[in-house]
Amino acid sequence: PGVPQGSAPVTSLLSLAVTSEQIEHLHRRFKQLSQDQLTIRKENFDSIPDLEFNPIRGKIVHAFFDKRNLRQESDGLAEEINFEDFLTIMSYFRPIEMNMDEEQLDRFRKEKLKFLFHMYDSDHDGKITLQEYRNVVEELLSGNPHLEKESARSIADGAMMEAASICVGQMGPDQVYEGITFEDFLKMWQGIDIETKMHVRFLNVDTIAHCY
Amino acid sequence: IPSVSSIVPESCLLIVVGLLVGGLIKGVGEKPPILKSDIFFLFLLPPIILDAGYFLPLRPFTENLGTILIFAVVGTLWNAFFLGGLMYAVCQLGGPGLNHIGLLANLLFGSIISAVDPVAVLAVFEEIHINELLHILVFGESLLNDAVTVVLYHLFEEFASFEQVTILDIILGFLSFFVVSLGGVLVGVIYGVIAAFTSRFTSHIRVIEPLFVFLYSYMAYLSAELFHLSGIMALIAAGVVMRPYVEANISHKSHTTIKYFLKMWSSVSETLIFIFLGVSTVAGHHYWNWTFVISTLFFCLIARVLGVLVLTWFINKFRIVKLTPKDQFIIAYGGLRGAIAFSLGYLLDYKHFGMRDMFLTAIITVIFFTVFVQGMTIRPLVDLLAVKKKQETKRSINEEIHTQFLDHLLTGIEDICGHYGHHHWKDKLNRFNKKYVKKCLIAGERSKEPQLIAFYHKMEMKQAIELVESGGIGKIPSAVSTVSIQNINPQTLPLERVLPALSKDKEEEIRKILRTNLQKTRQRLRSYNRHTLVADPYEEAWNQMLLRRQKARQLEQKMNNYLTVPAHKVDSPTMSRARIGSDPLAYEPKEDSENLPIITIDPASPQSPESVDLMSEEPKGCSGLPPSPEEDEEGLVMRVKEPSSPGTDDVFTPGTSDSPSNQRMLRCLSDPGPRPEPEEGEPFIPKGQ
Repeated sequence: PGVPQGSAPVTSLLSLAVTSEQIEHLHRRFKQLSQDQLTIRKENFDSIPDLEFNPIRGKIVHAFFDKRNLRQESDGLAEEINFEDFLTIMSYFRPIEMNMDEEQLDRFRKEKLKFLFHMYDSDHDGKITLQEYRNVVEELLSGNPHLEKESARSIADGAMMEAASICVGQMGPDQVYEGITFEDFLKMWQGIDIETKMHVRFLNVDTIAHCY
Repeated sequence: IPSVSSIVPESCLLIVVGLLVGGLIKGVGEKPPILKSDIFFLFLLPPIILDAGYFLPLRPFTENLGTILIFAVVGTLWNAFFLGGLMYAVCQLGGPGLNHIGLLANLLFGSIISAVDPVAVLAVFEEIHINELLHILVFGESLLNDAVTVVLYHLFEEFASFEQVTILDIILGFLSFFVVSLGGVLVGVIYGVIAAFTSRFTSHIRVIEPLFVFLYSYMAYLSAELFHLSGIMALIAAGVVMRPYVEANISHKSHTTIKYFLKMWSSVSETLIFIFLGVSTVAGHHYWNWTFVISTLFFCLIARVLGVLVLTWFINKFRIVKLTPKDQFIIAYGGLRGAIAFSLGYLLDYKHFGMRDMFLTAIITVIFFTVFVQGMTIRPLVDLLAVKKKQETKRSINEEIHTQFLDHLLTGIEDICGHYGHHHWKDKLNRFNKKYVKKCLIAGERSKEPQLIAFYHKMEMKQAIELVESGGIGKIPSAVSTVSIQNINPQTLPLERVLPALSKDKEEEIRKILRTNLQKTRQRLRSYNRHTLVADPYEEAWNQMLLRRQKARQLEQKMNNYLTVPAHKVDSPTMSRARIGSDPLAYEPKEDSENLPIITIDPASPQSPESVDLMSEEPKGCSGLPPSPEEDEEGLVMRVKEPSSPGTDDVFTPGTSDSPSNQRMLRCLSDPGPRPEPEEGEPFIPKGQ
């Protein structure tokens, strides 16, 4: 079965690193998930057994339907996504290439960080507020049921204060740090080279996990 | 004028010292001692390897494991055979002096000289502070090539006594490589698990905890060596396996003890090894053959360069972060030979290898060349080529959160696209670890503690200890911020007393540390941390303090709070205000709270400096305080921090200090220990006082 219609914009978008072999593989996977439909809904993700153990499962699934990630001009959540959208999301995880110049690298890095930023910023207002950050930490610790909420909260608070001090520096007592904007987010990630870390290898096209 | 130590690496100086000592002994007429192989392998080498294995940075190591293994195994094999083969050719052409050296002898020689030496690499790379990737590549290679060296050495040594070498022998030799390496790792893992399990039950006899770590590791080494398995790999595996569990179980002091003893022993061993190398050079019987030695040196270098080039070309096909030519140069240049090669050569017996002396001479020459020439020039070359240096990043809670988030995200994506990759298996391993292994090997409630919480506690503990050890405001981390909880969450009512985030016994531990360390200056440092604020019964003027503090609410918001963890601003004075509290009666709240300098009123000393630099504080400031009569004099005393000097044993130097002495100690500064046990002996200050 060939790649569905609308593949021309797909290949131009992903012509950098995703080969046709990988597109084939992803297409197979898409069909598995969607049960041979043309689109996927949120419920389809429940059929992946390993995803259940993931503490941030909700955010990951949400990210697939986030219109900001799908490069659409509008905001909010999509109801369902087709294969092209699926590939768009996957393209955020393509590995770095040797022949990229400085500007491309910078854009590459920013794209990935933007994806992450959207995951943290759940209310789509362009900054990560304290509550959202607390929510992130709570989710990360959600695998441990006996933990008190206080611990998650204080970790998030501490992290937020650290972020504020990195991004803004000295603050008077009356200034309020609204939240982490994207620029601040970039600053925080300076030490970590995301270009090399945030990738998934599609090299091995034979391993296809089973769904229910 | 650059000092000697910035040009010449320590290893070179030590060899020179050895040469001098050897020369001296010989000059007196005595016979200088030679580095005997069993002393080397049994006593001098294990501490260094254990130190390396126990503090191995696991994340970069596992990320680059494939690359490291290829360099270690294939690279060493290539070196050995290439060198052996070429030397055989040289010997055949070399005239009567060399003709009799057979192929096997040359191959054996090649296998001895081809292994990159971990001791030499450590000694040189420690000082140049190269970026983590290169460091772990060269260092990991030097550790893992031991298996190859052991196999090749024993193989060729045995074959040399055979009449005929059949294909079967070669195949068996090939298989024995797997047995040696995997067997060594297995032995190490077994002993590591036993050690971790033992440490689970040591909560009542804390003093012998370090002993178990050393004992089990050494036993792993000896057991492996006994069966001709790779002792080095066993040692590394034992250290790596036992570390997370042991650290979760043992007390804070035991952790410090282990760290210090390992560093001490490994430093002593390293020094002795290099000195003995020098002495042995003077003492040994040498047989200098120009052709042999020079061609050995020459082919060694060529083999290394060629090997690295070819292997990197191959490896780069599979790597995400490709190795640039600069990286390749450093990897090739960092292939230093050292004492292991010498000891292996020394082990050869005269019966089978009459040319042993010549071999030893050649080995020593290569060692000298690599250590002196390459060791000395690598530092300017690194600067010249602008190779990326090690980044002094302080692990922050943000980074930890992000890293974990990213890990889970990538695992999730891998699951979604159905690809069982790197992250998937790592996640599975982590889950297995959490579910079964941790429950067995970690005592008490710590077995259920998630990593993020553990990290957070570690950071808090570290900061508390930093505060204590610096005695005050002296060493504020560079990211001093005035950011407080008000800045990020304005809805928090000022009077709201948020419950402490830590559990009761964690608080108690932190409080205990603070308590035991603040004996003499207890009166000055009432508390600087919200942890000590929950109803301290033995602070008699405490309530007075609280009242005063409530008056000075304004002050608090402006003070530096350099604990980045959220401050419950209600009762969290900083060091400065704690000093105010040293004499509660003298304290007067300042009304103009525009820009408050750090107030330090030290009643002991006549002048009250506005800004405190504890470095310059006189010790008499401490002793000037009247010791409170109830205080016990036993136990830890608060010492004024002396200016850092080389060799200062500052375990918890804040990460920002960058002086050479601290960098030197960088090897010693792994992450801080875990929290101490709640019931650690008697409290130093009796309760109720």
